Amino acid sequence: MISSSSSRLLDKIRAWLPALVLSPSFAAILLFVYGFIIFTGYLSLTDSRLLPSFDFVGLINYQKLLGLRHWNTALKNLAIFGGLYISICVILGLLLAILLDQKIRVEGILRPIYLYPMALSFIVTGTAWKWFLDPGFGLEHTMQTWGFLDFQFRWIKDRNMAIYTIVIAAVWQSSGFVMAMFLAGLRGIDTEIMKAAQIDGAGNFQLYRRIVLPQLRPAFLSAFVVLTHLAIKTYDLVVAMTNGGPGRATEVPATFMYSYTFTRSQMGIGSGSAVIMLAMIASIMVPYLYAELRQGGKT
Amino acid sequence: MAFLDIIGVTKRFGSVKVLHEINIGVEEGEFLVLVGPSGCGKSTLLNMIAGLEIVSSGEIRIRDSRINEVHPSQRDIAMVFQSYALYPNMTVGGNMAFGLEMHGISKSERQALVKEVAELLQITPLLDRKPSQLSGGQRQRVAMGRALVRDPDVFLFDEPLSNLDAKLRVDMRTEIKKLHLKLGTTTVYVTHDQIEAMTLSTRIAVMMDGHLQQIGSPAEIYQLPSNLFVAGFMGSPPMNLIPAKIVNGNDGIALHVSLHSGEMTALNLYQPSPGLLNQVGREVILGLRPESITDPDSADRNSPANQPLLNRIIITETAGSDTFVKTMLGGVEITSRMRGDSEVSANSDASLVVDMSKAVLFDPQSEQRIS
Amino acid sequence: MSQSRDNSLPTSHFTRALIYTALLIFAVYYLLPLFVMLTNSLKTLDEIRAGNMLALPRSITIEPWLKAWDSAQIGVDPSGLKPYFMNSVLMVIPAVLISTMLGAINGYILTKWNFRGAGVMFGLMLFSCFIPFQIVLIPMARVLGLIGLAGTTSGLVLVHVVYGIGFTTLFFRNYYNAFPDELVRAALLDGAGFFRIFWRILLPSSGPIIVVTIIWQFTNIWNDFLFGASFADFDSQPITVALNNLVSSSTGVKEYNVHFAGAILAALPTLIVYIVSGRYFVRGLMAGSVKG
Repeated sequence: MISSSSSRLLDKIRAWLPALVLSPSFAAILLFVYGFIIFTGYLSLTDSRLLPSFDFVGLINYQKLLGLRHWNTALKNLAIFGGLYISICVILGLLLAILLDQKIRVEGILRPIYLYPMALSFIVTGTAWKWFLDPGFGLEHTMQTWGFLDFQFRWIKDRNMAIYTIVIAAVWQSSGFVMAMFLAGLRGIDTEIMKAAQIDGAGNFQLYRRIVLPQLRPAFLSAFVVLTHLAIKTYDLVVAMTNGGPGRATEVPATFMYSYTFTRSQMGIGSGSAVIMLAMIASIMVPYLYAELRQGGKT
Repeated sequence: MAFLDIIGVTKRFGSVKVLHEINIGVEEGEFLVLVGPSGCGKSTLLNMIAGLEIVSSGEIRIRDSRINEVHPSQRDIAMVFQSYALYPNMTVGGNMAFGLEMHGISKSERQALVKEVAELLQITPLLDRKPSQLSGGQRQRVAMGRALVRDPDVFLFDEPLSNLDAKLRVDMRTEIKKLHLKLGTTTVYVTHDQIEAMTLSTRIAVMMDGHLQQIGSPAEIYQLPSNLFVAGFMGSPPMNLIPAKIVNGNDGIALHVSLHSGEMTALNLYQPSPGLLNQVGREVILGLRPESITDPDSADRNSPANQPLLNRIIITETAGSDTFVKTMLGGVEITSRMRGDSEVSANSDASLVVDMSKAVLFDPQSEQRIS
Repeated sequence: MSQSRDNSLPTSHFTRALIYTALLIFAVYYLLPLFVMLTNSLKTLDEIRAGNMLALPRSITIEPWLKAWDSAQIGVDPSGLKPYFMNSVLMVIPAVLISTMLGAINGYILTKWNFRGAGVMFGLMLFSCFIPFQIVLIPMARVLGLIGLAGTTSGLVLVHVVYGIGFTTLFFRNYYNAFPDELVRAALLDGAGFFRIFWRILLPSSGPIIVVTIIWQFTNIWNDFLFGASFADFDSQPITVALNNLVSSSTGVKEYNVHFAGAILAALPTLIVYIVSGRYFVRGLMAGSVKG
C-alpha cells in the first residue's frame, strides 16, 4: 500500500509498456513503408540510373515519363484492364451472389468452387490461362480437333487483344471473392424488409432494384475499392501470362516500373512511375480507410 | 474520517469536467448506492475508487490512507461488472481463483476458498463449466463469487443487474441484500434504477451532470428530496410537482393551486417553517408523492394534516395492488396512488385527500427545496 | 453461412431450373482451368500433341509430376521445383509465425491500452497494407544489402514480416475490439499485468482469429512473386519465381504437362489449406476488405 519512489518508477514503466511494446512494429512500418516512400520519392527527383544517385534534377523524370510510349501504353492498358476487370467482377459477383441466395440446395458445394481461385498464386493462374488460351495447345486447338476448323482464338498473341486475355484470367481469379462479399451483404439484409416490400407489391425485379441493391451500397464500395487497388498493383499475372508482350503490348505500370528500374537502368524514371502508382492507390484508399476508421468509432 | 473517504474528487477529460468536487464518506459496513441517469458520472466515480480511472484532483482514502496512486490490485477491493467480465477461456473455478493466483495464494488455499464461496452462492455444480455454458443469472452469481473470494475491504458493483430480465433482477436484488447482511462488507453500488437504490442501500447518493445532488438514507431521499431533480428521479411514479402560490388562508398560511375546472383551492400548510410566514405571494412548487393525494379510503388515517379536495378524474390505470389515477392540479397532470379496489372512474368528479404533512416545497428558480 | 436468413424469392420451377443451370455453367467456368491442368499433367507430351486439352488421359502417367518435382530445367540447374518448394517452406513458416505474433500483441495494445496517437499509428499501419510494393523495392534492396540479408531466405522473411504487420494487426484489432474492456479491467483488479492479461485472458480466446490470420498470411506469402523475384538469389528463390522460370523459359519444346504439374505443385499448399479450412479463409478475405 505504500508508494515508494521505486514503485513510482515501476508505475511509469507500466504506463509506458504498451507504447513500448508497440514501438518496434511501428518503427518498422515508419522506416520500411513511409521512410522508403520518401526515399523512392526523392530518387524520382534525381538522375539515378543503374544505382541510386542523389543529384537533384527536379521533375525531369516525370516529364520524360509522360513522353514515353511504354508508359502511355501502360496507363492505357491499366485503364482498359481496370475498367473491365472491376465492372465484370462486380457484375458477375453480384449475379452469382443473388443466384446463390435463392435457397440453393448445393450452395455449400458451389460457393467454394467459385472462390477457390482466390487461394491460388497469380503465377499459377497465369500458367493455366496462358496455355488455355494458347492457340497451339488450348481453346483454338481443341475446337479445331473437334472439327471447327475455322475456329480462331489467338488474342494472347495479338498486340491489340492480349490485354483482354489478362482481364479474362483476372476475373476468373477474383470474381468469386466479390461474390462472397455481396453474399455476406445479402445475408445481412433484414428479411422482414423483404417481406414488407413483397406485401407492398414489389415484383422480383423491383424488389432487388429498389430494396436490395441500395442496401448493398457498403458491399459495392468495398468491392470497388479492393478491386481498384488490386488492379493498380497487378503484376504477377501479366508476368506469367504475357510477360508484358507481345512486344510491350500488355505493359502495365507495375511491369513498367520493374523493367525500367532493374533491367533498363532508369531508376529515376522507375521511381517516378512507382510514385504515380502510389498516388493512384492513395487517392482511393486514404478516403476509404479514413471513412471506415471514423465509422468504426474510437473506443 | 470514514472508512472510505472521497474528498473533493474531480475528474476532467481534457478541458471537460465530468465530476465536480465530490465529497462522500462511507462508513464501514455501509451499503452506499450511487444512482443517477446515464452519463451522470457515477460509473466514473466507481472506476476511480477501483483505480481504473485516474483521479484528476482530490483524494480517495481507505482506512485513512490515500490510495490515489495505489495499483487497482493492491487496493483490497473487488468489483462486479455490468457485463460480468468473466474470463471466457477459464472455468468458473478458474475465474474465481485467478485473482487469488495473481496474489500469490497457494493452490490448496485457493481451492478451499473457492469451494467455500461456491457453497455460499450455491454454484458448486458449476465450478467446472465455462462461462459460455451458463445462463445470465448463473454468470451473475459467478461474477459475485469472483469478488467474494477475494474477501476485500470494499465491494464495488457496476450496474450488476442491468443485464438480467425483470424477474431475475428482483431475485438477485434480494440475494445481494442477504449477502450484505451476512458479510457486512462495505459496498459501493452503482445503478440507474432508483428502485434498486431504494431497496438495497443503507444510504443513497443521487448524482446528475457530475454533481452530487443529495446523499442520505432512502427515507430521507424519498421524503425530503433536496431539489426538483431528486424529487423527479427517485420514486416510481415520481413525485408530483405542482405549481402553487403562498397565500394567507383561513387557518394560517396556505397554498393556492388550480383545480381541473380552473377554480382555485387552498391547501393549508402543515407546520410551515417560520421563514415562509412572510413569503405570502411567492410562487413555489409543491411536491407531493402519489400516495399523498389519494381517495379517502386509501389515505393515511394517522396523518395529522389530511385535507379534502374535489377534482375531475382524467383516467385510471389499474395495476393490481394499486390504481393510478390522473388528475389536473396546478395546471399539470398529476398521479395519485389509490388502493387496487378503488372505485373511482374516469371523467367523473371524485373527492380526494391530500396529506399535507408529507408536502415539500421547492423554489421554481433555484429548484432547491425550501421546506 | 446459415440458411435461416435467406432472401429467396417465390419462383416457378422453370426459373429455378434456369438458376441452377446458370450456377452450374459458372461452376464449370471456374473448374475448367483446374481440370485442364490436372488432366494434362497426367498425359505424355505425345498424347497432348495428338489430342486436345479437354480429353481425359488415355493412359495415366506421373512422369511429368516427377520431372517437375526434381529434374526439370529451372534456370541453369535441372533441379526441378523441389529445392524452391523447400525455400518457400523455409520462408513461409517463420514469416507467418512472427507476423501473426506481432499482429496479436499490436491488436491487443491498440484496443485495450489506448494511448494518445494510437489511432494515427493504426491508420498508418493500415494504409501500409495497400501500398503498391513497387514503391519500396529500391530502398529495400539497398537495406537488405546493407544488413547482409540480400538474396537470402532470412531477408525475404524480414520483408514479409514488415509488410504483413499491417494486416495481422488489423485482424487482431478488429477481433479484440469485440472483447469487452471490462475483461481487462477485471483482470487488472485481480492483479494481472500487461503481459499476463494478454497471455492468460486474451490469447487463449483468440483461436479463430489466429487461424484466420495464419491462413491469410500463409496464402499471401506463399503466393508472393514480386518480393521473391526482386530480392532472392538462385538458391533462395521461392516456388512462384521458379515456376515462372520453368513456364516461361523459351528454349526447347514446351512441356505443357510438366508446367501444369509444376503449377499444381506450387498451388497445392494453399489449395489444401483452402479445402481444409475454407471457412476461415473467407473470413480472412472479408476482414481484409471490411475494416473499421
